[in-house]
Amino acid sequence: MSQMLLPHERVTAAIRNAEKASGVALLPFITAGYPERERFIPTLRALAGTGDVIEVGVPFSDPMADGVTIQRASRAAIASGVSLRWILGELRQAGELAAPVVLMSYLNPLLAYGQDQLAAAARAAHVGGFIVPDLPLEESGELAARLDAQGVGLIHLVTPATPEARMRQLCEASRGFVYAVTVAGTTGGSARAMSAGVTAYLDRVRALSPLPVCAGFGVRTPEQVRALSGHADGVIVGSALVEELEARRDPVAFLDSLRSRRH
Amino acid sequence: MDNQESATLLARLIGGDFPDDRGRFGPFGGRYAPETLMPALQRLEAGVRRYLHDSAFAAELGHELREWVGRPTPLTPVRHLGRNWGAEVWLKREDLAHTGAHKINNALGQALLAQRLGAKRVIAETGAGQHGVATAAACARVGIPCTVYMGAVDVRRQAPNVDRMHQLGARVVPVESGDRTLRAAIDEAFRDWVSDPEDAYYLLGSAVGPHPYPWLVRELQSVIGREARAQFLEMTGGLPDIAVACVGGGSNAIGLFHPFVADAAVRLMGVEAGGRGAGLGENSATLERGRPGVLHGSYSVLLQDADGQVQETHSISAGLDYPGVGPEHALLKAIGRVDYVSATDSEALEALRECCAAEGILPALESSHALAGARRWARENPGRRILIGLSGRGDKDMPTLSQAFPGAATTTSHH
Repeated sequence: MSQMLLPHERVTAAIRNAEKASGVALLPFITAGYPERERFIPTLRALAGTGDVIEVGVPFSDPMADGVTIQRASRAAIASGVSLRWILGELRQAGELAAPVVLMSYLNPLLAYGQDQLAAAARAAHVGGFIVPDLPLEESGELAARLDAQGVGLIHLVTPATPEARMRQLCEASRGFVYAVTVAGTTGGSARAMSAGVTAYLDRVRALSPLPVCAGFGVRTPEQVRALSGHADGVIVGSALVEELEARRDPVAFLDSLRSRRH
Repeated sequence: MDNQESATLLARLIGGDFPDDRGRFGPFGGRYAPETLMPALQRLEAGVRRYLHDSAFAAELGHELREWVGRPTPLTPVRHLGRNWGAEVWLKREDLAHTGAHKINNALGQALLAQRLGAKRVIAETGAGQHGVATAAACARVGIPCTVYMGAVDVRRQAPNVDRMHQLGARVVPVESGDRTLRAAIDEAFRDWVSDPEDAYYLLGSAVGPHPYPWLVRELQSVIGREARAQFLEMTGGLPDIAVACVGGGSNAIGLFHPFVADAAVRLMGVEAGGRGAGLGENSATLERGRPGVLHGSYSVLLQDADGQVQETHSISAGLDYPGVGPEHALLKAIGRVDYVSATDSEALEALRECCAAEGILPALESSHALAGARRWARENPGRRILIGLSGRGDKDMPTLSQAFPGAATTTSHH
């Protein structure tokens, strides 16, 4: 059945199905090839058994929307030779995984790869979509059109400070899902209780969005995941998972622990 | 870019079309920022449109530039340098502006704008420390607290400026991430702003960044070129054959060049940091060696590898040690209106010594690159009239100079 769906539709379906089955989808994030290049595909395969969509970070030298964990991971990955070209090659060889993959990349590595070749290469590597944190709606037309031609989605971000009219545009332009940043700040940060403000904001995004809404930035604990259930369709777990990998602990066990107390 | 296209873009630039509604200078510029900052950037753009050419704002800025900064800065004829080079040479003396560099023109203007926009705190990045000092001073004058991000490498090599910022009441945060120079300081300043987009005003110091910064900084720095052009006309009855400025991010250069862009007979030359040589990582000659890409919010030219990773740079001058450049410079190069060349560390040091000895002026290492580039051009084009933007004074470079010329300090002590 997945053959019938476009790559970005497969992402949407995976989140919807997980939400139906267990209340909220889990979207683990890892920086590609970190902490070890050789473990990239095995780690992905393991996460695809528990996670519903896997977000793979393409390392960039100047990650201005990221906190210290992802900065450190990006720098180490670049030093070990990880590049977008390498990532797409590995993903293509690995074949389609149990969960769809989306790439998170700053714009410059995508421009350096070449926008003309990117969409087809992404499709061949079973990539369902791209999250590009420094590409706002106003500048996104060219990349969105090229990705769209291959059925690969451009996933837009919204924030608590986004005005309603703009939020509506972003939700309508997005493909795959809508990425709802829960806090003003960089990725990572400490575990915070999800405030009533955050859940009200997520309800607002959900009311505007035809697509599933996934919440991210600073999610670390099962309590946070539980608090977001019912207000978000999915939860993105990034820096906390990267820290587990850094400490050579089992990322799947960590993801399972986030799910365990959900009901 | 073909000649026809270049001519069209130049005409549009002169006609005031750039930046356009999307913040573009031809193909370059734009606004590539995280969604969290988009409302703040839109508020800033609206603020620039409302205040920059508002008569009350202009009157206050003009008063402060005159009475606090000490503008207009002199245009100094330098006869000994001229004789050495076989040319007539004038220096536009931004080193004599308050706090010792052109950076104050922009810092003051933006601090006044931050006050109008109700900012509760100001964030800034700094390389050589000149923008940090200027921002600290302007924020003290205007009455807004200020945090300055500075790469840990630069904290060491520009120590006198760190002390000055502290004295002026700023909090200085050494940046240990990334390459620990200007580029990492900008990354960190953006991260602070992303965390506090409502109350913080990001006072960016160069003609780089997402729209409206390259435009705002150009407008505030153009006072350099406007004054220099009028002074040159008054002193000589004509215009220079060439105007020369150093280029890192490019704020003093765009300030000097912009009012001359329409003067077809005036050649313009930007001098980048050639560092130790041509190899990757050995220099900061972005326009000479870079390729188009996106860094720090705009589409311009970058020093990057084949995968789009931004490269580490080297220059003896912290203020030029940056892998990007302002988008308007990228356009000026693409259409051939400005020639961009580079001067090495040792050429800059030699030019600095010559200027000290010949004219009794200690230029900043940044500005010494402009002197070095101008000297080379003068030797190839004898008998011309040369205007050089002397963007700042060299007092802050004493730690670097003591290392470069270890004998110099002892030659005057008679023990």
